[in-house]
Amino acid sequence: MNAGLYVHIPFCRGKCPYCDFYSISTLSLVPQWLEAVCREILAYKGLFPSFDSLFLGGGTPTVLSREHWSALMDALFTHFQFDPLTEITVEANPDDVTEDLMGHLRTLGVNRISLGVQSFDDRELLILKRRHTSHRAEEAIECIRHSGFTNVGLDLMYGLPGQTQDQWLKTLKQALDFAPEHLSCYQLTIEKETPFGKMRDKGEIHPLNEEQQRTLFILTSRFLEQEGYLHYEISNFTKGREFTCCHNMKYWQHLPYLGLGPSAHSFQGNRRWWNLKSMKGYCDALAGGRMPVADEETLSKEQQDLESLMLGLRTMEGVELDRLGDRSQSEKVLRDLKGTGLVRVEEGRVMPTREGFLVADSLPLLFSP
Amino acid sequence: MSNIRNFSVIAHIDHGKSTLADRLIQYAGLVSEREFRDQILDTMDIERQRGITIKSNSITLPYTSKAGEEYELNLIDTPGHVDFSYEVSRSLASCEGALLLVDASQGVQAQTMANVYMAMEHDLTIIPVINKIDLPSADVEQAKEQIETELGLDSESSILCSAKEGIGIEEVLEGIVERIPGPAGKKEDPLTALLFDAHYDSFRGVIISCRLFDGRVRPGDIIRFMSNDATYKVEEVGIFRLRREPKDGLCAGEVGYIISGIKTVSDTSIGDTVTLDAYPAPVPLAGFKEVKPVVFSSLYPISSDDYPSIVEALEKYKLNDAALVYQKDSSAALGQGFRCGFLGLLHLEIVQSRLEREYDQSFIMTVPSVQYRFTLQDGTSITVDNPQYYPDPGSIESTAEPFIKANILIPERYMGAVMKLCIERRGVNSRFNYPTPGRIEVFFDMPLAEVIVDFYDELKTVTQGYGSFDYEIIGYQESNLVKLDILVNGEPVDALSIIVHADRAREWGVRICDRLKDEIPRHQFKIAIQGATGGKIISRSTIAAFRKDVTAKCYGGDISRKRKLLEKQKKGKKRMKMVGSVMIPQNAFVAVLKSDKE
Repeated sequence: MNAGLYVHIPFCRGKCPYCDFYSISTLSLVPQWLEAVCREILAYKGLFPSFDSLFLGGGTPTVLSREHWSALMDALFTHFQFDPLTEITVEANPDDVTEDLMGHLRTLGVNRISLGVQSFDDRELLILKRRHTSHRAEEAIECIRHSGFTNVGLDLMYGLPGQTQDQWLKTLKQALDFAPEHLSCYQLTIEKETPFGKMRDKGEIHPLNEEQQRTLFILTSRFLEQEGYLHYEISNFTKGREFTCCHNMKYWQHLPYLGLGPSAHSFQGNRRWWNLKSMKGYCDALAGGRMPVADEETLSKEQQDLESLMLGLRTMEGVELDRLGDRSQSEKVLRDLKGTGLVRVEEGRVMPTREGFLVADSLPLLFSP
Repeated sequence: MSNIRNFSVIAHIDHGKSTLADRLIQYAGLVSEREFRDQILDTMDIERQRGITIKSNSITLPYTSKAGEEYELNLIDTPGHVDFSYEVSRSLASCEGALLLVDASQGVQAQTMANVYMAMEHDLTIIPVINKIDLPSADVEQAKEQIETELGLDSESSILCSAKEGIGIEEVLEGIVERIPGPAGKKEDPLTALLFDAHYDSFRGVIISCRLFDGRVRPGDIIRFMSNDATYKVEEVGIFRLRREPKDGLCAGEVGYIISGIKTVSDTSIGDTVTLDAYPAPVPLAGFKEVKPVVFSSLYPISSDDYPSIVEALEKYKLNDAALVYQKDSSAALGQGFRCGFLGLLHLEIVQSRLEREYDQSFIMTVPSVQYRFTLQDGTSITVDNPQYYPDPGSIESTAEPFIKANILIPERYMGAVMKLCIERRGVNSRFNYPTPGRIEVFFDMPLAEVIVDFYDELKTVTQGYGSFDYEIIGYQESNLVKLDILVNGEPVDALSIIVHADRAREWGVRICDRLKDEIPRHQFKIAIQGATGGKIISRSTIAAFRKDVTAKCYGGDISRKRKLLEKQKKGKKRMKMVGSVMIPQNAFVAVLKSDKE
């Protein structure tokens, strides 16, 4: 089975107040990081038969220079096996997008760009402390297209403090002007250890209430489906099945993946492990000939089933009826759920509806004994 | 025999009964400072925790009077709740006298009165003891006046003491010796012993406590219980001095224990007369009653895996509590369980609490019920204590429920509130008595069903703790009963069904629907809770759905955390009962019992 490969590029010029991914702003450490990643690549050589997705995420991967990109991709392609049709995604920041870099990434084999636009409203971009303006984002998309990318995804955020429905629809419509193949629309989740989290605790920003969150979610889903997009995961929309993010589907279909770089998670068989969430710890371990693994877990059959259920119910495809365990029990639950409109059953699968997506965090509990 | 004194202590809760007992025990030198702990006679956790005495207990104290005479003083500790009034009456019947303990700052309080009257009925010598005289708020004169006017006792002879500070303890002991008569009775007559308590010891089997009125008993004798003619060979007799102290024999007038190879407490009956098989008493002692459960409730394990362990716990518990009866029961909603019978609501609470604490069980108990009688159209009559077995309404000719005579003692100022409460609870035929100025004794005929849930709590609330309540069952009266069913999303939850008077059905329906609404967490879908009688919906409440809980991102680094959260929630779900896809927390079943005013 082909696995997914993720590389975490943990560098950002500044920290966005909503983001809880691991990143540092000391760009001078890039060479050290690169050296460590190369060691980690060697350490995993031969342990995964082959990959058919490669996702270079962050952080802000586009802070890397041409030379760093060449070195990284070279190491990856030298030591790992890739399927010829591998989806290779780079997360890009509008500020960093240049014809030069895009052209270079194309030559290195990158075939998909995921652009962190977040919003086309300059006031919102300011709240989100993004470095770019909406104008810059538009230029970036055009530049990416010019460079020949035919699979472009835009990341957008909604449910921001003070954002109206109209403002959000305006951003969405503006995004559609560029006919992106893929859209990720993330409703803002205020995470505890982020500047937004602290502002919320101090009462400086107020999260939307349940009903407001619901309304925006439904609005987004309805609007994009009308515009011909497929709502295939809670926050993800695609213009056609062929543009579904193959790498992210690995997570949701419980398929194996290898994560390289600090804080990256890996999963294979019934084992999951994750790297140290510290640049120094990560580099030191690899320099000292040790694996930079922070911890690991071995999943019991029951835990694997629970994860499959939990992840599957976040996607349009849902889960196979047969995977719900005891047949009579699951049939009873499905009978009880009739009329709630949370799931539908088709061709032996239980699939969440739009309403089901909204309660996907607890949906597994209904089916799980 | 003139050197024996048998006495009890009557007191309102918190007036210092256990502390006084502790002091008397210390004074007698039965316990060293090192061994001493508070509430030494209350051995059960629940007794210590609630500061009440549930089981009778006795202890023999050696005492040398000021005059130099040596005495054996038998203190018989009694339970203090209406559920156990029969046990109290048997303990009092074992005594010649009682100390009436009154708190010097609070004066005579309600709960004391019923027991004082009971002691008077048994012709006991009552010695008023005014306790807590060391408190700044103590008002000895007022306490004396209340003893005089409210209880009609001579207060001049009151003994003043502070059990806490150890003041007046000797005076109390002298009072017992001087004023309580020694026991009458003849050693030569046939054995008549009153069994007033029995408890189970895992090494020795059942140990019965009794008061010998006539005759004597020795190891090797064959004793006979006069209620059922069962006979046992006596292995050991003796007295309690905190620990058992074996003796060659027990004689008329003495209080002590008998061990005779009895297997379970259920083989004995409180109030029974113990005699000798070979030389029996002609008639048993008066006042024996077969104790019958009056309150019934079903008990179900939270998880069916726990069923075997509940079976074991009940079997063990039953060894020591003859009053609990149980049999297998099953519910569509809650699975396999037991139908249990209790003496009253406190007894139910005690069993519940002990099974939880001492036997580490967790379970759900259903709304308590009384025994209803149904006369069917074919002329037959059936008794039903479990709503599940409510007969087909079309087949019912008439229905009847047990009534009690409620006896409530209150200061006059609470009259209005108590009348209102009793009438709400379908009380009829009220009568009054004015025992002393400022006090009223109210009698009502009331359905037992109306008092078993929270009547006592309510009474205490409306009388600010001054109301005392006692009752006796007076028989069955015809009553218009219906079965109230509770439906959760259309599915009946049989364990929540109750039998109620038709006039009270709506009120109960609304109450249960409202309680469940508060207790059942929001689900992914709307939950309708309905109360129905005879297929007609009479109350409803709705729990709105939560309609959004999803978080936007779930990538490699989020999966473990999300799974762990689900695992935690699944664990919580295991402690809930599933009705269809609705999770009902254990608490919901308990909450329907709670009073509105809490």
